[in-house]
Amino acid sequence: MPPGIDIGKDLVAASATPLVLAILSEGESYGYAIIKRVDELSGGELQWTDGMLYPVLHRLERNGLVKANWGRSESGRRRKYYRLTDQGSEELANQQRQWRIVNETLRATPFNSFLLATQGI
Amino acid sequence: MAHEGGMQVLEERITEWRSYLRRRQAIDAPDVHELEDHLRSQVAGLQEAGLDEEEAFLIGVKRLGELDTLSREFAREHSERLWKRLVVADAQAGEGHWSREALVALGLAIAAALAIKAPELFGLRIEDGGPATESFYIRNFSLFVLPFLAGFFAWKRGMDPAGLMRLAAPFIVGALAVNLIPFTTGGHTEVLAALHLPMALWLAVGIGYAGGAWRSHDQRMNYVRFSGEWFIYLALIAMGGGVLMGSTVFIFSAIGMDAEWLLNTWILPCGVMGAIVIAGWLAEAKQSVIENMAPVLTLLFTPLFTLLLLAFLGTMVWTGSGINVEREVLIGFDLLLVVVVGLLLYSISARDPQAEPGFFDALQLALVICALLVDAIALWAILARISEFGFSPNRVAALGENLILVVNLGWSAVLYARFLRRRAGFAALERWQTAYIPVYAVWAWIVVVVFPLVFRFQ
Repeated sequence: MPPGIDIGKDLVAASATPLVLAILSEGESYGYAIIKRVDELSGGELQWTDGMLYPVLHRLERNGLVKANWGRSESGRRRKYYRLTDQGSEELANQQRQWRIVNETLRATPFNSFLLATQGI
Repeated sequence: MAHEGGMQVLEERITEWRSYLRRRQAIDAPDVHELEDHLRSQVAGLQEAGLDEEEAFLIGVKRLGELDTLSREFAREHSERLWKRLVVADAQAGEGHWSREALVALGLAIAAALAIKAPELFGLRIEDGGPATESFYIRNFSLFVLPFLAGFFAWKRGMDPAGLMRLAAPFIVGALAVNLIPFTTGGHTEVLAALHLPMALWLAVGIGYAGGAWRSHDQRMNYVRFSGEWFIYLALIAMGGGVLMGSTVFIFSAIGMDAEWLLNTWILPCGVMGAIVIAGWLAEAKQSVIENMAPVLTLLFTPLFTLLLLAFLGTMVWTGSGINVEREVLIGFDLLLVVVVGLLLYSISARDPQAEPGFFDALQLALVICALLVDAIALWAILARISEFGFSPNRVAALGENLILVVNLGWSAVLYARFLRRRAGFAALERWQTAYIPVYAVWAWIVVVVFPLVFRFQ
């Protein structure tokens, strides 16, 4: 068993965009580092299949939310770096509003007490 | 030293993994680079954490996800990649660079386009020539283009000088025959020679296609496949060309200019010549890239033609009316047989020889039998007419073709029946078709060379 609970596919897909945008808002980054950061931030609870990140990044690139350019890693390998565009920042703010609404709504329902109960709080 | 050896193993594993990834249509070269960078970072990270190389590689690959799932995800984002583009740019030369092959094909196409205009330097102008000029072009037009297509294959297959001589021979013979034989201008034998020379030379191009190995049955079948795809490409290019020419006339007429002369003297003749070479190159370049189209059309039209022939036979029996023997009837039935042989040939060319006999094979046999029946009725009527009016070049040519096609279809029907009753393999049918191809060539050459002599150039 991997550490943590298995997060459903739909939720992983839905959360991928805001997560990637939010991580890129910390500064330019690349695929492996983004995966590492997600791992770190979630304390290892949120596990992605690494390869799946790339189609997400390419979609964001196509939609103009991030911009990619090829650079070099410390060891001189070709590496593709991504950074947030202005449009990406706007989208991040937009996503923040949406997730806040979802979050607040969930907290107002019995879902919240159920959540607390399962965590033994 | 042990570390060095380990590095090498890792490199090999990564190379292997990369080649697996590269085969996926949805994942292109830059994506592979990106994923490889990820894998290498991952492996390095895991090794730092104390894993050995082997484990680190395995875990790294596993974390990237299963190849099928991964390529499906990529395909969802990059769906345009699934519509395989025809590679005009060479994969090795990199994006945006023309491959050598493309340049050679383009050069030959331009050469063919110019060749058709070369006789004008000697005063043979298409637009204002008399009947003699006209018949010169009609007799020779295949000689202005097919040598270039044959040359393309000779170049591509790297044929040796002896092979080149053998390839050139039919073209030289053809050129001498249609230009030295004293045809009556506009006579029957001349028209027949003009019609049969392209067919004879097309099969000669096949020698180049096979790189000289024209005796190989596999190569012959490949040439059959190529010919079908070539024809489809040519038809597509012709449609585009039609739009181009229509637009030319239209926009020039809008400013009060008549562009028709430009069409007739340059765009049409040069375009046709160029298109024949370009279609050959495209069909050759795409063979493994895109699904073959000819077998798909075969699948679509075999049932329809079977129905047509059944309806025709049924109507004839029902109404009791015989075939009305007109001048064109013989040629019409020849064309019908050509279509049926074509349907047969292309369904054979695409069929898996190992597969069990199925519904489609039975349908194919039904089509062949119907065609044979219809043709037998027509032949009966035509023979009656010949015995009444005697032989003419046209009648003998049409009759000869009819017999050649009937023999092919008759024996194919026998082989199909044996195959359906599991008395013989499918390979026998395939081999019969490829073995029969030289018969067409021999007949075409007879019509070009022997007919004028027998019928005294009339």
